Amino acid sequence: MKGQNRLDYRQLGLKAGLEIHQQLDTKTKLFCNCPTRLRNRDESTYEVRRYLHLTESELGEIDRAALEEARRRRLFIYKGYDTTCLVENDEEPPQPLNQEALDVALEVALLLGMTPVDEVHTMRKIVIDGSNTAGFQRTALVASNGKISIPEGDIGIATLCLEEEAAQKVVEDRSSTTYSLDRLGIPLVEIATKADITTPRQARIVAEHLGMILRSTGKVKRGIGTIRQDINISIAKGARTEIKGVQTLNLIETIVEREALRQVNLLNIRDELKKRGAKQVETEIIDVSDVFAATKCKVIKNALKKGGIFAVCLPKFGGLVGQEIQPGRRFGAEFSDRARRFDIGGVFHTDELPGYGITSGEVSALKKRTHATSENCIIFVAGERFKATLSLKAVVERANMALKGMPEETRRALEDGNSAYMRPLPGPARMYPETDVLPVSIPPERLDQIKSALPELLPEQRARYIKEYGLSEEFAGLIARSKRALLFERIVALGISPTLVVRTLEGTTSELSREGVPVQHLADEHFIGVFKLINAKKIAKEGIPQVLKGLASSPSKSAEKVAAEIGLQAPSKEDIESVIDKVVQSKEGFIRERGLEATKPLMGVVMKQLRGRADGKLINSILKEKIIAIMREK
Amino acid sequence: MKVKRVNVEREGITYTGLLMPSRGACIVLKLNSGYNIGLKKDAKTKVTVLKEGVAMPHKKVSSPSPNPALPTISILSTGGTIASKVDYRTGAVTSQFDVEDILSAIPELTEIANFRGKAIYNILSENMQIKYWQKLARAAANEITKGADGIMVTHGTDTMTYTAAALSFMLKTPVPIVFVGSQRSADRPSSDNVVNAVCAAKVATSDIAEVAVVMHAGMSDDECLIHRGTRVRKMHTSRRDAFQSINAKPIGTVDYKTRKIHTSEEYRKRGEQKVAINDKLEAKCALVKFSPGAEPDVINYYTDKGYKGLVIEGTGLGHVSTEWIPAIKRAIDNGVHIVMASQCLGGRVCDRVYDTGRDLLKANVIEGEDMLPEVALVKLMWVLAQTKNSAEVRQLMQTNIAGELSERSKQA
Repeated sequence: MKGQNRLDYRQLGLKAGLEIHQQLDTKTKLFCNCPTRLRNRDESTYEVRRYLHLTESELGEIDRAALEEARRRRLFIYKGYDTTCLVENDEEPPQPLNQEALDVALEVALLLGMTPVDEVHTMRKIVIDGSNTAGFQRTALVASNGKISIPEGDIGIATLCLEEEAAQKVVEDRSSTTYSLDRLGIPLVEIATKADITTPRQARIVAEHLGMILRSTGKVKRGIGTIRQDINISIAKGARTEIKGVQTLNLIETIVEREALRQVNLLNIRDELKKRGAKQVETEIIDVSDVFAATKCKVIKNALKKGGIFAVCLPKFGGLVGQEIQPGRRFGAEFSDRARRFDIGGVFHTDELPGYGITSGEVSALKKRTHATSENCIIFVAGERFKATLSLKAVVERANMALKGMPEETRRALEDGNSAYMRPLPGPARMYPETDVLPVSIPPERLDQIKSALPELLPEQRARYIKEYGLSEEFAGLIARSKRALLFERIVALGISPTLVVRTLEGTTSELSREGVPVQHLADEHFIGVFKLINAKKIAKEGIPQVLKGLASSPSKSAEKVAAEIGLQAPSKEDIESVIDKVVQSKEGFIRERGLEATKPLMGVVMKQLRGRADGKLINSILKEKIIAIMREK
Repeated sequence: MKVKRVNVEREGITYTGLLMPSRGACIVLKLNSGYNIGLKKDAKTKVTVLKEGVAMPHKKVSSPSPNPALPTISILSTGGTIASKVDYRTGAVTSQFDVEDILSAIPELTEIANFRGKAIYNILSENMQIKYWQKLARAAANEITKGADGIMVTHGTDTMTYTAAALSFMLKTPVPIVFVGSQRSADRPSSDNVVNAVCAAKVATSDIAEVAVVMHAGMSDDECLIHRGTRVRKMHTSRRDAFQSINAKPIGTVDYKTRKIHTSEEYRKRGEQKVAINDKLEAKCALVKFSPGAEPDVINYYTDKGYKGLVIEGTGLGHVSTEWIPAIKRAIDNGVHIVMASQCLGGRVCDRVYDTGRDLLKANVIEGEDMLPEVALVKLMWVLAQTKNSAEVRQLMQTNIAGELSERSKQA
């Protein structure tokens, strides 16, 4: 279809909103005192097996998404650690709301110009995919009504919620899902923009801007998986689609482009169906196992052993199911995504056949068997009768939606920027109060205190570092983004060269870390201790890595002690001269041959002997003097 | 619940939602998104009613038609929540006591039996009273007489084991009487209510004609334990597997997935005895816990208040300080029957090993054998309602009546 042509988003009435989920770097989890540390799966020390139940009586009113999950009764296995507790296991009431996390949430809210509520009420949001042991996620609305200004215009920020991170899915099989409990309960803020975004590019810029603000607090987790974007997208005649789990900013533009494209193409298909006079599809499931009695298709062969092949006919859908609606994704995927939720072997449609080992003979036999004409498309699934019936019902349901346009749904972002069906869009009715957590009031004094200490945003901080400290753009950016920015300022105030401080805090530490030095043991006071030695000229800057290395392995020692132990006290000028004299004398021939060019290689030799105790500049100047002296002797 | 739809204007922002009942200094509003927020009630806050409250029609669920092939269980509810309903519109949670509502909350039950039910009372289990035990025992006996093949008692977990012990002494039953509850609230999808109720129903239709407690065996939803009503104790504040048999093995287990019962201990079989009730209890009994330095006045208080029986939870093998001995003597001389149990819970009382113990025996204290202190208390209430003769009381207290004590302390 119109795959490659750029769409006119204004004309299409594109509207998008972002939901950003950012983990907070707090000491403990949102509702218990466990650390917010991720673990390796093989460190797991226990396992809990559970089912989740939704009551029949609620089905009338219950949220569509929850209902969909409930259809598939699954066993959930949770892996626990020595860093998780009974709260994660849903074996104990939660602790009070983490106040450190609430402070960070309020700080972000104020940075986004939002108005906090007077009293924070924790809610239970029903989520029964098993990712929360309780069957609900605890979440609280903290603030609303903010905005951010970007060059492309103002974007409203609807709400900021403080909530628990879900457990991480480890593995999923036919009847069970395994989750890891280390991530469950890490505090996160969910920031939802208003649907003010009108172009794919703007979506990316807004996401970048929000990410920058979050990082400016210095109190959020960093790295893969610590921030996730969900995007709500619709075009004027389409339907609201929520695309979940976008992990990289680069993908946002493509996701929005491709969803707009999908909606355009689905509307075209609807128009074509209308033109063809398509009517409501009836669910008439036909057992077509006999057609494939002698098939060469492996999936079908296997399915025949355990169940059978079952088909539905979609009148007037012929040819359309095979059409691409996103680059590399056909309309047929809309059906198979839904059908596959019921644990079946394979989903096929006649628009893609013959193929997959299915012959044209089998296709015609299938058409004959189902009395299908060329205007029809047959969708068939391989598997047990019960599951096949459920999955074909889902197919027919989707086909009937196609007659009207498209359903509102929640989709999962794929790596190429396309998306796959997850479940219907959750309705609003899925929350009730978390009665085990008392409401927290936010007195004005608390807000005032946070307001008075709001961090400067990263771009401003970077600019200030360039201006005040004469840092290069690269170094200024590096240290502004760093968790050690405050430490940087403290150390520079001692009178140390800003560039040296940045190089030490960012460069040296990561080099040491690569060597396997446990740099995570290095506290602010360690660094300050090292720079005080520099300031007092007790060690040379060349000695910094060695002292840090020593401190990292024995964090209880002082920098001075470590320096003394490795013999790093700076030698006197005389001592340096005598070391250099010896070197110069032993290499006299070399010097005579090379002249001043010998400086560099000899510098290495001298430095090695002084092992970083003396300042390089000083050594360099003495060495040069001596070399020149020898050359003059000639 | 009737709730108004309102606009709340505060600091230039208009919030729209349902006005929720609130006790504090804030207006609680349920927004359209489902979130509740609190907004200060002061002069700067303006509330406009958009729509007066309308009550939600209470949808009555009809009970499924009985399956003649299945046995009949009578559910007696006492207030413990085995089923809840959440109104997501308002966030209100209501406990369900009607059989129809319980069955619609736990539809798996209908595959096990036909149910009829009765709400005996609706209280928190910590508010349980001795007269409620008696009323429950009579109701159970009545249901059995009316032909119930098994009884399920839904009960709050806090005092469930006291009630189970009380029924164990008061009733002779030809059918299972199964106590069940939930440790994690029934309004959460992860509640243990479903697994516990399904396993309990399975036991109620089995041939285990005992008063039993059926609750989770572990943290997982794999199986439940069948505890004898006189041997079980709540050993954890919140875990699903809080209930444990002490000084005895559970009668057996129920596998949730397969619904198979596996028994490993002896039990009274269905129909071995006729239903009989002896519901007299002496309420003037108390359980006293000794701790180092505790003054003997504690005992004097009960003596002077006219108590008829005391169970003392002593230390170790069953000890109290030497200072308590005269007070205990005085109590017994005044007609108070005193039973010694141990705060160790595990193991048997033996007051013949140390001097204080021997002094207690001289004072005529009754060794409570390997009975749980709470069970000894309930038993003493029942025994003292039968006789006040101290020799008879001693004899009954030290005889196994409902599986509460054993003559041999087994290895495991």
